[in-house]
Amino acid sequence: MLQYLSKRLLQMIPLLLGITIITFAVIRLAPGEPTDLQTQLNPKVTVEAWERLRAYYGLDKPLYRQYLDWLWRLLRLDFGRSFSQDNRKVIDKIAERLPITIGLNVLSMLLIISIAIPIGVLSATHQYSFFDKFTTVFVFIGFAIPTFWLALLLMILFGVNLGWLPISGLKSLDYESLSFLGMMTDRAKHLILPVFVAAFGGLAGFSRYTRSNMLEVIRQDYIMTAKAKGLSENRVVYKHALRNALLPVITILGLSVPSLIGGSVIFETIFAIPGMGQLFFHSVMSRDYPVIMGILVLGAVLTLLGNLLADICYGVVDPRIRLEGRKG
Amino acid sequence: MDKIPKMKITILSAFLTLLLLMLGSCDSCQERKETVKEPALEEPGEPAYGDTIVVGSIGDASNLLPPLASDSASFDIIGLVYNGIVKYDKDLKIVGDLAESWDISPDGLEIIFHLRKGVKWHDGVEFTAEDVMFGYRKIIDPNTPTAYASSFEEVKEAEILDKYTFKVTYKEPFAPGLASWGNLVVLPQHLLEGEDITKSPLTRSPVGTGPYRFVEWKTGEKIVLEYNPDYFEGRPHIDRYLYRFIPEQATMFLELKAERIDEMGLTPLQYRRQTNSPDFLQKFNKYRYLSFGYTYLGYNLLEPKFQDIRVRHAISSAINKQDIVDGVLLGLGRVATGPFKPDTIWYNPEVKRYPYDPEKARALLEEAGWVDTDGDGILDKEGEPFSFTIITNQGNEQRKKSAEIIQRNLKEIGIEVKIHIIEWAAFINDFIDKKNFEAVILGWSLDPDPDQYDIWHSRKTKFKEFNFISYKNPEVDDLLVKARHTMDPEERRKYYFRFQEILAEEQPYTFLYVAESLPAIHSRFKGIEPAPAGIGYNFIEWYVPKHLQKYTK
Repeated sequence: MLQYLSKRLLQMIPLLLGITIITFAVIRLAPGEPTDLQTQLNPKVTVEAWERLRAYYGLDKPLYRQYLDWLWRLLRLDFGRSFSQDNRKVIDKIAERLPITIGLNVLSMLLIISIAIPIGVLSATHQYSFFDKFTTVFVFIGFAIPTFWLALLLMILFGVNLGWLPISGLKSLDYESLSFLGMMTDRAKHLILPVFVAAFGGLAGFSRYTRSNMLEVIRQDYIMTAKAKGLSENRVVYKHALRNALLPVITILGLSVPSLIGGSVIFETIFAIPGMGQLFFHSVMSRDYPVIMGILVLGAVLTLLGNLLADICYGVVDPRIRLEGRKG
Repeated sequence: MDKIPKMKITILSAFLTLLLLMLGSCDSCQERKETVKEPALEEPGEPAYGDTIVVGSIGDASNLLPPLASDSASFDIIGLVYNGIVKYDKDLKIVGDLAESWDISPDGLEIIFHLRKGVKWHDGVEFTAEDVMFGYRKIIDPNTPTAYASSFEEVKEAEILDKYTFKVTYKEPFAPGLASWGNLVVLPQHLLEGEDITKSPLTRSPVGTGPYRFVEWKTGEKIVLEYNPDYFEGRPHIDRYLYRFIPEQATMFLELKAERIDEMGLTPLQYRRQTNSPDFLQKFNKYRYLSFGYTYLGYNLLEPKFQDIRVRHAISSAINKQDIVDGVLLGLGRVATGPFKPDTIWYNPEVKRYPYDPEKARALLEEAGWVDTDGDGILDKEGEPFSFTIITNQGNEQRKKSAEIIQRNLKEIGIEVKIHIIEWAAFINDFIDKKNFEAVILGWSLDPDPDQYDIWHSRKTKFKEFNFISYKNPEVDDLLVKARHTMDPEERRKYYFRFQEILAEEQPYTFLYVAESLPAIHSRFKGIEPAPAGIGYNFIEWYVPKHLQKYTK
């Protein structure tokens, strides 16, 4: 196992290097430079000032040189400083937003799983029933509705007309003066709309996936055997069928590890949530190369780790592909 | 990424200068005659201390150290935390801020500033001429990545005469010089000395001399300021200033309606159609006044077809500018006739105008040789159809709609227009800087100082410079240089009047419109008095009567 792990981890190094080279090259292919945004066609900015800015950021050096400088810093775990006017460390900019995005994504992921799996299972066991048809329509509505539109409607209803829930942001303005319990309820109230909106859009994929896997599994011979042995319907479905149907879900979960750190721009913008999506979007629009690279490297590492994790988990839950079994 | 009209006037004279409007409306200043205040139902009550104002902003601030900032959100905050040496008063006259007075030598080369005594930085250290010198040195230091060094590079020598006296000597008389000593240049030396200012903690937690002290900044969420009890002009009435970032206009508007923010800039649609319920008008006051900026259609004068002045006249006559004001701004603006804000002393109302007249446009084009010979509805000349592309930047609905109206107007006289909308960085880099365009819709935001050398002088047509339409006129060059080096405002004004006449005659741009700023402010705030400088100039005098205060600790 250890040997396998270290082999997989070693394989990741050239892969990562390749990813950084390609991404570094690709973002430089986009026209424009960070200095364009900073000077914003301001007539007070002379060409000399612009050149000084370029030199300050090292943009006057050849591209391979810039890449090597960046890589050398990265090897010392230094992601560099942002090219935007705040000139902050990339790692700080990411660190202050990461918990927010991960928190929201984990919450909505949990909500999705806890709703989508039962929906999937029930629509498979009651295929073509009213419930199946209704949930199918329901989850696809969720999938098709534009996030911003749904969000605005809910904000108008619950925020403006009824006044039950806050409209945007993560905390009230008087948050600091609240009691501990008050803080918790305040947080929770702010999370209701965003988590609901995020989860509603994500139900379709998961529930349909569960449904089709489940349909496949309950037609298998061993399910028939289990039924023939006289096991109760519930036991057959939830003990034997579900476990097998959920196997591929592990892959999906593994693959969604990187998406946990990537927020959605539209979603974050409409709810005024300072998350990763906005950071990435703005850094791309302003050609803030160090931040773009920082986020992409983080995403690449997490994708690779997520794959590895999924492979390992697979082995754990599915004896057929357990690694030890292959020894000898 | 709508940019919000800036509502606080930040004293930033050196600065508001002609920044390109990324998004239609903008900026801090307003006009007395144009101001319409829709009355709130409540009585003003007695001035009192206390309460919090929550201001909505579409963008987060980026850097709160003045020389390093370049966005309007950062300057909204900087304007309350820092002072300049001079500032603009409500009538846009230059008055002392940290300077009690100043003397300008008769030849216009020297300015001696007499600074206020006993002013304290927020950490208690006294402000002196050393701080001015320090700020000046930092801003001209080549290692400082600032965008604003150019007007300070006209300074030949700066010296400290004593603790409260600071003298600058210019290379030649420089009219925009005095105004440039705004709040970019006064920095707390005792906190920044010997440090790399780009990495200073002050970029995120500023220490100034201004009416408000910095409390906290939660990135992407809010900035909190608290009143400075020792402010030299007196204690501000409103205790706390809370700046909330809400990147989406629609969300911000809902927050306003739910009274969770107190102030935001409205869009023309919101102003006209969505804020007229009695309920809203009771909760909020709406203001409208001309912004300091204009939108134009600029022609690349390196293009042969635009070099013919008759063609430019024809297009200017064929565009229904009033239609654009009515359609795009819902009437909340006015037709621009030149590069100065109407009703400032620099604006020349007597210039040639181009009222909508498609017949005249057709005649002019025919005279210039553009006739529809093949009957396809598009004019042609020597076998080439009259077709061109207007480019503009992504994210600005008003410019996009203006382009569509122009497209339609010009189609009527047989000119085919294509519209190309390009994301900002690519727009600047690949199209504007490389002069790779035929016509462009853009806007300039204006500074109270009228100097427009960088936009119109023929020496400013190189790569990355701002006369990207390549306009060349020796008389204009001469006028701009003279006006720049004339200290007498009356004489300066004559030069700019002539300059506007020439621009109106030559139409290197078709000037389209000046939009209005449309802030809505909660009606519990009293003492807001619109003036040519906007509404933010007397922010420290705004107050909420005791019985109306909402946020009490």
